Amino acid sequence: MAAGARALPGVSLTWAIDDPRMRRLILRLFVAGLAVFIGIPLLTLVLWSFAGEWFWPNVIPTQWTIRWYEQVFENPRVVNAMVLSFTIAPVVTVLTALIAIPAGYAFARLNVPFRRVLLLLFLIPNAFPRIGLYVSLAVLYYQINLIDTYWGVVFLHMIGTLVYMTWITTATFRSIDPHLEEAARDAGASPLRAFWSVVFPLALPGIIVASLFSFLASLDEAQGTLIVGTPHFITMPVLMYTLISSFERPVAAVFSVLLSLPSLVLLVAAQRYLRSEYVAAGLGRV
Amino acid sequence: MAEVELRGVSKYYKEVAAVSDVSLRIPDREFVALLGPSGCGKTTTLRMLAGFIRPDTGQILIDGKDVTDLPPERRPTAMVFQSYALWPHMTVGENISFGLKLRKVPAAQIAERARAMLDVVRLPGVEHRFPSQLSGGQQQRVALARALVLGPKILLLDEPLSNLDAKLRVRMRDEIRRIQQELQITTVYVTHDQEEALTMADRIAVMNRGVIQQLGDANDIYDRPATSFVADFIGQSNFFRGTLRRANGVTWAHIGDERVAVEPVDGAPDGAHVTVSTRPEVVEVVRAPEPGAFALDDPRLVNFGAYQRLAGRHPTLGPIEARVPKSFRLDARPVYVKLTRARAFAEPEAEMRD
Repeated sequence: MAAGARALPGVSLTWAIDDPRMRRLILRLFVAGLAVFIGIPLLTLVLWSFAGEWFWPNVIPTQWTIRWYEQVFENPRVVNAMVLSFTIAPVVTVLTALIAIPAGYAFARLNVPFRRVLLLLFLIPNAFPRIGLYVSLAVLYYQINLIDTYWGVVFLHMIGTLVYMTWITTATFRSIDPHLEEAARDAGASPLRAFWSVVFPLALPGIIVASLFSFLASLDEAQGTLIVGTPHFITMPVLMYTLISSFERPVAAVFSVLLSLPSLVLLVAAQRYLRSEYVAAGLGRV
Repeated sequence: MAEVELRGVSKYYKEVAAVSDVSLRIPDREFVALLGPSGCGKTTTLRMLAGFIRPDTGQILIDGKDVTDLPPERRPTAMVFQSYALWPHMTVGENISFGLKLRKVPAAQIAERARAMLDVVRLPGVEHRFPSQLSGGQQQRVALARALVLGPKILLLDEPLSNLDAKLRVRMRDEIRRIQQELQITTVYVTHDQEEALTMADRIAVMNRGVIQQLGDANDIYDRPATSFVADFIGQSNFFRGTLRRANGVTWAHIGDERVAVEPVDGAPDGAHVTVSTRPEVVEVVRAPEPGAFALDDPRLVNFGAYQRLAGRHPTLGPIEARVPKSFRLDARPVYVKLTRARAFAEPEAEMRD
């Protein structure tokens, strides 16, 4: 069955341990370790963002306040940056999806010549220090008048998001039994109808995960945006870099919380779609 | 009324012919099995009938109308896939209704026809379940219902039983045959399982290397195989290599110093190299020497539960097997076999069984 065929052999971290109790224990320790490494810094950030007074050796702040938040939200540059970030990320995601879904489908189903080479080409931007790429992109942007423009920033973000999304959608479409599509054709559906009624719904979890990655990657992109977007297109992470040194520590914490919040909300919302095989695909398993 | 015809159909992959100049006419209501080992071209042939593969040469006609260039959605065929290919995100009812909705059938009629078809496949009341909640055999029935509800002229089945366990396979075999008889639908059935082909089909096309080796009913291909491949692939056969000689109206195959009478061979001259085959169940076993009986060295018995097989060796002919009743006992007396109803095939070396 298709569902069975889609379940990939799980990569278990504990495959070598025979005793199930031991295995559970190690798994729990591992999860606890992860929670400590990810959770404690996040928690500290949240605490700092609300700290009125917090001196060593107190474990939690001795005074609480929301004045750092007020300070941040009263700053018009911050609000502008937030609005900009949240108008860029959805556009990047939609444009990326419009390219990556057909591309992923083509890589998965059609006999694309040099399929592997093309997929690797997509990875090239990731294989070199990004900063070099951004500088040469900036030079190009000057020539074609894209420097310091909205679309210039959008296209720059798409260099990264296209990689994620094409790889994930390719793996997603490949995991769908081609016979399901043929059965739809056999029942009278045109190729397009077969795609919309059968392939797309089955690929939706993978597409959602890929879109999520794209959205968050765009929201988080700072290096390139700083180079091609200044001075008029300052997104949240860029602003954070530029302002962080001129503010008190709790303000930086507020920024971090504000930047982490969308990721957290989206990841929790899409949690049921985050199946390991799609995530693995984004990390290079096709 | 629906008859289907393949006319000189070929399909090449790179230089290799997957299907080579196949012609086959299937009259209305007939159940034809395409039988052969994997890679023989049977599935390619079926997929060309369905429209998933376009033949490189030749024509496909349904009711005399050329459908060679039509995509699957515009052909009056319906296919049942080996993996069933039920859409996992749709309920059984939605799976069966999908094609009817595309055809803009009124909703009330859709529900009625879906229900009626689930009755035909004897799986009523599962409309609201998802395919994953059904057993393999039930999924098979749903796949059949989904194909049949569209009222296709031709039903195509691609190894539909190979994912089921042995007992269920036998039951579904009878079910598919019953439904085919009930609906009087022209059917093409692909299988590598000779028992399925022999028990279900009106006619069987035995395929090998992209070519139909023989087309006939179960008796034709079992009792009168046309090629050594068919004799080998269907059931079991004893094989010998020899030379053809005709004398006094009898056709002989000379094998070393021995000779075996064979059924008349058309189109092969005396002296032609032939492959001789005979079925173990027509080999006659005797305990005293007589003309035409070959002494068997090292006879031994192999028990198959329902019968026994006597296996031995003749110094010139080589290994020979014969089917014997369970009451048969070996003792000090010698064993002789008479090779009756032997058939000789004059084939180019390349065509011989390998």
